[in-house]
Order: sequence, then structure tokens, then C-alpha cells
Amino acid sequence: MKGRLNKKVPLYTTIFPVTFWLILLVAIPLIYVLVLSFLTRLPNGRVDFVFTMANYKKLINPDYFHIYGISLFVSAVTTAICIVLSYPFAWFIAQGSERKKTLMMLLVIIPFWTNSLIRLYGWKTILGNEGVLNKVLLTLHLINEPIQMLYSLPAVILGMVYTLLPFMILPIYASVEKLDKTLLEAANDLGAKSIQSFLQISLPLTSPGIFAGSIMVFIPTLGYFFVSDLLGGGNTMMVGNLIKNQFYTAQNWPLGAALSIVLIIMTLLLVRIYTLMGGKLDDLGVAK
Amino acid sequence: MESMVEIRKVNKYYDDNHVVKDLDLTVGKGEFLTLLGPSGCGKTTTLRMIAGFENPCSGNIFVESANVDNKEPYERSVNTVFQSYALFPHKNIYDNIGFGLKMKKESKSEIKERVTEMLKMVQLEGFEKRMPNQLSGGQKQRVAIARALINRPKVLLLDEPLGALDLKLRKQMQIELKRLQRKLGITFIYVTHDQEEALTMSDRIAVMEHGVIEQLGTPSEIYEKPVSKFVADFIGESNVIHGTVTEILSDNLKLKTGKEEILAINNGHKPGENVFVSIRPEKIRFSNKPVDSFSLTAIVKEHVYMGSMNKCIVMIPSGRELKINRFSGEELPAVDSKIYLSWAPEDAVVMVTKPNDVNDQAEDIHLGVTT
Amino acid sequence: MKINKKIGNVASIIHASIIFIFLYLPIIVVVAFSFNKSKINIVFTGFTFEWYGKILKNTRLIDALENTVIVAIVSTLLAVIIGTLAAVGMNKYRFKGKKVVDALLYIPVVIPEIIFGIALLALFSTAKLKLGLGSLIVAHTTFCIPFVVFTVRARLVGIDPHIEEAAMDLGAKRIRTFFEVLLPSIMPGVVSGALLSMTISMDDVIISFFTTGPQSTTLPIQIYSMVKSGISPDVNALSTIILIVTIVVVILSQSRMLRNIKKK
Ligand SMILES: Nc1ncnc2c1ncn2[C@@H]1O[C@H](COP(=O)(O)OP(=O)(O)OP(=O)(O)O)[C@@H](O)[C@H]1O
Ligand SMILES: [Mg+2]
Repeated sequence: MKGRLNKKVPLYTTIFPVTFWLILLVAIPLIYVLVLSFLTRLPNGRVDFVFTMANYKKLINPDYFHIYGISLFVSAVTTAICIVLSYPFAWFIAQGSERKKTLMMLLVIIPFWTNSLIRLYGWKTILGNEGVLNKVLLTLHLINEPIQMLYSLPAVILGMVYTLLPFMILPIYASVEKLDKTLLEAANDLGAKSIQSFLQISLPLTSPGIFAGSIMVFIPTLGYFFVSDLLGGGNTMMVGNLIKNQFYTAQNWPLGAALSIVLIIMTLLLVRIYTLMGGKLDDLGVAK
Repeated sequence: MESMVEIRKVNKYYDDNHVVKDLDLTVGKGEFLTLLGPSGCGKTTTLRMIAGFENPCSGNIFVESANVDNKEPYERSVNTVFQSYALFPHKNIYDNIGFGLKMKKESKSEIKERVTEMLKMVQLEGFEKRMPNQLSGGQKQRVAIARALINRPKVLLLDEPLGALDLKLRKQMQIELKRLQRKLGITFIYVTHDQEEALTMSDRIAVMEHGVIEQLGTPSEIYEKPVSKFVADFIGESNVIHGTVTEILSDNLKLKTGKEEILAINNGHKPGENVFVSIRPEKIRFSNKPVDSFSLTAIVKEHVYMGSMNKCIVMIPSGRELKINRFSGEELPAVDSKIYLSWAPEDAVVMVTKPNDVNDQAEDIHLGVTT
Repeated sequence: MKINKKIGNVASIIHASIIFIFLYLPIIVVVAFSFNKSKINIVFTGFTFEWYGKILKNTRLIDALENTVIVAIVSTLLAVIIGTLAAVGMNKYRFKGKKVVDALLYIPVVIPEIIFGIALLALFSTAKLKLGLGSLIVAHTTFCIPFVVFTVRARLVGIDPHIEEAAMDLGAKRIRTFFEVLLPSIMPGVVSGALLSMTISMDDVIISFFTTGPQSTTLPIQIYSMVKSGISPDVNALSTIILIVTIVVVILSQSRMLRNIKKK
């Protein structure tokens, strides 16, 4: 029947392009990475279509454990610092008038709309041995010789926090903003002290924002190789750098693929924990 | 009566949910027909199939005797007033109302003329430049009607168009809509679950339940002669009593209902048959002396004052409660007094029991009264 | 009690100020050094506009800027078309495999970008696709699509689902209905999806790093290669210009919103 066929046309025109695109450029590449992780690397760096578990066996290696450990540590610390910085800040903004709120959120977003590498370079200029901060401290005679700040784990963490802070502020702000303020009044009315009403009401109701923010900070931190590259020098190797090296310097794609699969599994586990705790996937996309 | 819309054996399923069942309905030219029924009975679905937003799973729909099954909504000379109004939020009132003509590629001057005419008709002159979110509910409603009428449709479908309005505005819009319909002579198919609205506005009412038309008739037929317990319950207030036919007396019949015997009109029932009897509260008479061939006593339990109408609740020997309505100013029996009840047998409508009524019987005996 | 509250207020203002300083400090440094006479980004020796003039002579930088803009515009356009259609379709229809499409939309958002980058690199090189502007555009379109879908879908939720039916009821065919009624109503979502795509694309380092070719260096990649050894001051100057352009665009796009808020 003409009518019935016609009604399928809009469905196909809207859904087909995205389905085609995502299968071709998301599903297939990721499946290919999985396949690649079981293939053999030839001495010339090419890949041979021969099945092997060797890449995964290579992963059982204290050096790699160490790198994964450092990465998880950096991610955890970065996430924690972001939460501590963002939570009171989000509350502060949410108290303001509509106009003030919009302005402040714009101020949060603008830096993140400018090139992140340039901003990291700004930090390099500030933190370098002959950088702005050391100069200031020397002039004030607070120190006698420059402190080595760059190329260290703290510098990497600072860079990560800096780059990812908006991803924590935005979801927390969204959840604080959504919080029905009359609930707090009701709690006070029922005799709750500020601390109690915070622990009983504000915190539980805004925790979805904290969870979403944590996922959006923790996972990217694992892969942001350019931050550790710039601020960590060669001293801080993270999973991101390791994978990048396998695909570039070492030309060992199958090993890189195996490392990536481990990273994917870690990511999926984290997201699974997040959804099990009641987190919504939709909350992960909004802020970016 | 010339037919405008014909629905023939239409069925609609949503997955396994059989929403409209073998529906047959003919709507006449210029008629105001109301689909009335409880929530979820398939009213909206029926309307949407006429408009072309949904396809029937089987059966056919005709508009002016032409089959419209394969016609897209934009090819049908049927227009809809949506319950949510569905005004275009980014277009002002003028462009909202003129949309249909713009689609027909009418000239600017023609559009202007007819939009102005429409605005006048719905009394919204001067609102051209306003946006939909700057209007009140009643005004949005009028815009929605004007927008649907500008194409001069043969049939206007209205899905609970007054549902979102407050009571006073709703009463006013009921009158305005009815007036408009008479003036334009357009066929209206109107959906509501407000029985009072249906009774005051319609030429005919189709009472629907579970995707089936229970009864189709004029408001007075539906009110006076409900064919089932469901219709009697749903339309207006009624005392529905379950009983057994004991004796046929030419035009009337005698029923036993628990401890008492009552009279009702006979429309072809046999002794021993289980039936329901529906008596409207305003049709019950009372006196302090026994009435011929009635032996129904009652104790007055309670008076309920409701403004223009007052209600009195009485209990008959079997423990059942009945309602009696009187206009204010008319006399009601005193509380706790013993009275004799009676009614004209033709006011007691007898209906056959249906399988799904049986469950209600037990409940019916306890409660006695149904609204 | 009252005093406690005051201390709390002062503390939170200080806290907020520190965060803003933290966010803007490196930007201030970059802007300041773009006016620095000295070639090295360490000592401030004097004020000059010299580097702004030098930008145009730095062909590598200008080429990279050009590539960045081309990739951002083309991939945003593609992502907006594909993403808007997808959001509309997914909002309106139930179909087999909807869950799969949904999952595929979340993957690029959730997994670390580096994985997505190496996966595309592996695919492109196996498919013998030459890395260049084309591969960059394809890659960028892919990670922009979800953001367009999400922003448009958020907008669609607030829209009366019957307005399309109302338009068809009044005689508009499907395509007309889409352009006359649906698209204008979701336009704010489409625009913010587009802006989001543009910024993400222009700032992307990781995925571009893996999918770019020697002839198609983008600005972030160019900067990445320069940053380790030290950036020439004209890059500071260019960044300052880009910063100003971004701020102007942001203000223009938000001013209507701000004005509306003021009215209330
Ligand atoms: N698009 C749909 N998909 C699945 N089921 C539907 C759909 N639309 C309606 N239904 C189901 O069909 C039945 C009839 O719905 P319909 O909207 O026609 O009822 P209605 O009589 O208009 O009710 P109301 O008075 O509440 O508007 C309901 O059970 C409803 O859940
Ligand atoms: Mg309905």
C-alpha cells in the first residue's frame, strides 16, 4: 500500500545516514582494534594476519603494571582535586541571580573554547625554571634558587586538572541548579542543622552530578597523552603515551591494540559501575 | 441523512493491544457527533485514523464516499484541533492561522483577507503579531480552531479541545463552538470524556468502551434508554439495580431484587432472566402512603445540598442505597422518615447482563448505588 | 550563626576567585607574551605589535589555520546534517536496532579519545586511505555527530510532538513540514550543536594526531609539534586573535539569552 510504504521513507532518511556512518566509523574500527590485538607483528613493523596471544602475554610485565598504576593514580588524584574545587564553586554560582549565573558559566566555558595546547603552554611558561612563578618568588626572596616544577607528576596533575575542570564544574552545577531549594528550607524547618541538611539532602541529591563529572574527568585523563608529554616531559609515562608510542615510535600496532583493549575494558567497567550506581549515560554527553 | 464520514470494520492494534475493534460508524453531513468514553477506550486513536496520522490495521475509512485509506493527512479535506493545541511556537498568530493557505499557495492578499475574517470569527482581532506563548489557554484554543477552519474543511476533528480550560471558560467555549458549527454547517467529530459536555453539544453521541461503540444515539436516547450498565453508569447519574424477572405484565414486568419487588418497562425479557434496571435519581417518586402495585419502602438516610439540585439518599430493605434528586425549592422527605418509593415503569430501563458485568454484581449488592 | 554565614560567604567568594584566576592565568600569560619584544617567552623586555604582523608571513601557521577552519566547517556541516536527522528519527520512531545506534552514539563520547584515534588510524591505513584533509574530516564528523544528536534531542523533548501532524493536517507535505515547522523549532538546538562541533573540532589534538597527514596539519597539531621546543611569539599572537574571535562569537551567540534574562 502506498500509504504504508511512504511512512517508512522518513524513518530511513533520518536513521540510515547515522547508522551507516557509526557502523563504518565506530563499530568496525573498534572491532578491528580487537582483531589487531590478536595479530602478529612482523619484524619490519607490518602486521601479519596470524593469530597470536603474544601481545596479551607481553602485557604481563611489571613495567606496564607500573604505567597503568601511575595512570590510575593520576586519574584518581585529578578527579578528586576537580571534585574538591568544583563542588563549592558550583554552589556559589548557583546561588546567584539568573544573569550572574549565565555570566559566570560563560566565564567558565570561555577558556575551554580556546586552544587547550596554548593554555598548557601558558602553564609551561609560568612553571618553567626561568618561568614567571620562579621569577616572582626569586624577586620576593622567598627562594634562593629556582624550584624545579615542570616535568614532574604534580605538574602533570595540574595540567590534567586544568584541562578537565570544566567537565566537573558543568555537571555538578547542573545538578545543584536542579536541586529544589525548598527541600533545604523544609529540612531546616524540620530542625536539621546546616551540616545535617547538607549530608541528608544536598549531597545525595547532587551526587549524580559528581558521579557524571568523575566519569568525564577520570576516563579522558587516562588518554590525554599531550598533557603528560608537555608538562611531564619524558618523566611521566601514562597509558596514553604508551599506546601512542606503540603506534608511532615503536611501530608495534598489535601491542598497541592490546594495550588499547585493556584501556577499553577499564573504561567499560567504570561506565558500568557508574550506571549501576544509578548514573545516566545522557548526563555524560551534555556538558562537553 | 447524507453521509460524510464512514468507518467500516476498522481494527487497530498497537503490538498486541487491540485498541479499536471492528468499528462501524457513519457520520452525517453537518452533524455534530461526539465520541464519549473513559480514558484509553480508543477515542483519540479513532480520530487519528480519520485524520490519517495512523493507518487502520484492517477496514476502510471513507470521506464523502471516497476511500481515503491511501491518502496522506495533507491530502484529506479533514482538519484537526489538537488537545495540546499544537500551535507552531516560532510563528505568530497570523502565520499560525494562515499556514494552511500558505501551503495551498494562496496569494498574500487572499491570505490576509481570510486570516482577518477568521480572527474576527474567533474574536481575536489585534492579536496577529503575538506569539503563541503570549496567549492564555482559551485564546490558544481559538487560534487552534481558526487555524483548522481556514482551509474550510469538510470535517473538523476535535480531540478534547476544551480539556485544558477551567470550568467557566469551558462552558462558554462549548456554547461558542456549537454556535460556530451551526453557522458553518461543517461536520464535527468531537472527542471528550466529559458526559455533560457531550450531552449539551452533540447531535449524536457514540459511547465507546474498550475500542467498541457501546451505544450510538441522540443525547436523549442515550440518557433515557441506556442499553447497558456501562452506558447507564457513564452517562449522568443513575441507580442501577440487579434483579431477576419474575412476571410479565403486558407492557411492564415485575422484578425481584433481593427483598423487594419493583416494576420496570418490558422490552422483550423472559421470566427468570437476570437483568439490570436503571432509574435516574430525578425519576424516583416518594410518598408516605403505599403506591399501587409498588411495595418499596425506604428509610431516608441523608440530604446532600448541591446548589440548583439537591440529593437525598435512602435505604431500601435489602440494604441498598438509592439516590433521589430534586430541584432546590422542591420538597425532600425528612431524614429518618419512612417513605414509599415508586416510579413510572417506563422510567426504569431494563438491560441484559453482560459477562463483564457479572463481576460487578456482588459489589453492586453491597454498594447499592452507582454513579 | 549570622557571623558563620558571613565567613562562609567570604570564603566562597575567595574560592571562586581562585578558580577564575586558575582558569585564566595561563591565558593572560599567553596574551601578555604576544606583545613581548623578546623572542623568548621568559622575560618581558618591552611592548610590541611586531608578532601580529609576522603571523601572515608564517606560512606553516597560516596553512594550519586554514586546514583547521576547513576541517571544522566541513565536519560540522556533515555532523549537523547527519546528527539532526538522526535526533529527529530517533525521537519519533521505534525501530529494530535503536539500542545499537544509541550505544554507538555513546561510544565516541565515553571511551578515551586516543582509542578512537588509533582505531581510525588502523582502519584508514588498512583501507589504504591516504591520510589528509579527507581523513581528518571523516574523523571529526564522527566524534561531532553524537554531540549534535544530544543537543538536538534535548531540544526535541520540549517540543509538542503534534506540531508536525498539525502541519501535515493543514496541507504541508513531509519535506515542507520538516523545513517549515520542525527545523525552526529545533533550530536553537541545531545551532548549539553546531557551535559545539566547531569548537571541539578546532581544539582537537588527540584524534587529529592520529588521522592527519603531512600536508594537512591543523593548528593544534602544529602547535603540539612546536610546543616542546618552545613557541615562537607569533603563535601567542595568533592565539590571542583566536581567543578574541571566540569571545566575540560567544558573546554574540549568548547576548540574546542574556538580554532575555535581563528582561525577566
Ligand atoms: N502510539 C501508541 N503506541 C502504543 N499504544 C498506544 C499508542 N497510542 C495509544 N495507545 C494505546 O491505545 C489505547 C487507546 O488510546 P487512545 O489514545 O485512543 O485513548 P483515548 O480514548 O483517547 O484516551 P484518553 O481519554 O485518555 O485520551 C490506550 O491503551 C493507549 O495506551
Ligand atoms: Mg485521547
